[in-house]
Amino acid sequence: MKEIKDIDTLDFETQNLADTSTEKRTIGSLIKYLILGIGFGIVLVKAEVISWFRIQEMFRLESFHMYGVIGTAVVVGIISVQVIKRFRIKSLSGEPIRLDAKPFSKGQIFGGLFFGFGWALTGACPGPIYAQIGTGVTVFMVTLLSALAGTWFYGLIRKKLPH
Amino acid sequence: MLELLKQPWHWSVAGVIIGLFVPLLLVVGNKTFGISSSMRHICAAILPAKISYFKYDWKKESWNLTFVAGVIIGGWIASHLLTNPAPIKIADSTKAYLQSIGIQEFGTLVPTDLFSWENLFTLRGFTFIVVGGFLVGFGTRYAGGCTSGHSIMGLSNLQLPSLIATICFMIGGFIVTWLVIPYL
Repeated sequence: MKEIKDIDTLDFETQNLADTSTEKRTIGSLIKYLILGIGFGIVLVKAEVISWFRIQEMFRLESFHMYGVIGTAVVVGIISVQVIKRFRIKSLSGEPIRLDAKPFSKGQIFGGLFFGFGWALTGACPGPIYAQIGTGVTVFMVTLLSALAGTWFYGLIRKKLPH
Repeated sequence: MLELLKQPWHWSVAGVIIGLFVPLLLVVGNKTFGISSSMRHICAAILPAKISYFKYDWKKESWNLTFVAGVIIGGWIASHLLTNPAPIKIADSTKAYLQSIGIQEFGTLVPTDLFSWENLFTLRGFTFIVVGGFLVGFGTRYAGGCTSGHSIMGLSNLQLPSLIATICFMIGGFIVTWLVIPYL
């Protein structure tokens, strides 16, 4: 499982793969994430973050709405992380909270640009793609499938890409 | 109360709630916030195809897949039970510009002129729905995260690479919005 280590350094979202905790994956332990996900989906829709129109407004610099949402979220996030670090707050299961530092890679530039292209076209980042399907705009299932294809294609050719 | 919830939520309210997902996930289960990786786990679960990038124990990330299942349900609840009685209001200048490039339907969250099954097989619809989706999947994994993983979680943890990624997300979005979409 040497590959995992390599993946973990470049993927900012898979730190839990190195998870050694003994938390069992029972329905009971997963239900809290289902509830959190439901809450997140509701916010995305009710704040119109999933709206293609709002994303156009953002990139055309014609509305403050999206900048307000993301900016506020970042401020709240920074304060929360600082509080967690300073007071060494533990997770509910009593483990120390782990926040790894990640290295720079050219992928953040190239990949970031590609994602930006896709974000402007679909008006949706990954969270909103899922939420859109829920709201009943079922054609976003095709967008999701295509995003899965893009993810898979990255996995296929990643060794040939500059990182 | 229910009437209040049905109105569009102010950006500051949404921002605070979204920001709180960072500490919530950390405290509830020592999980770092990030949604795009769910797509990688789905690939790993369904079609790993002996690609090393997909050879790992994806079940360890079941929480993430459960979370996105919740996002789908949340989308349903928000649009069916907390339906906003009024159509979405967007900036007049954005509306005027979009009308000039042929968008006619306003009021729903997503323009039906672009995102509908009928448009899927037109060149324009295909570009927005399929090419856009592909770039989202490819780009987020190449960048190692998305708006949640980099722009919210990474920035919250003061990660410079996440700031670089976020700036590039924005540059990419500006390029397509100003130089590509007007000609599609």
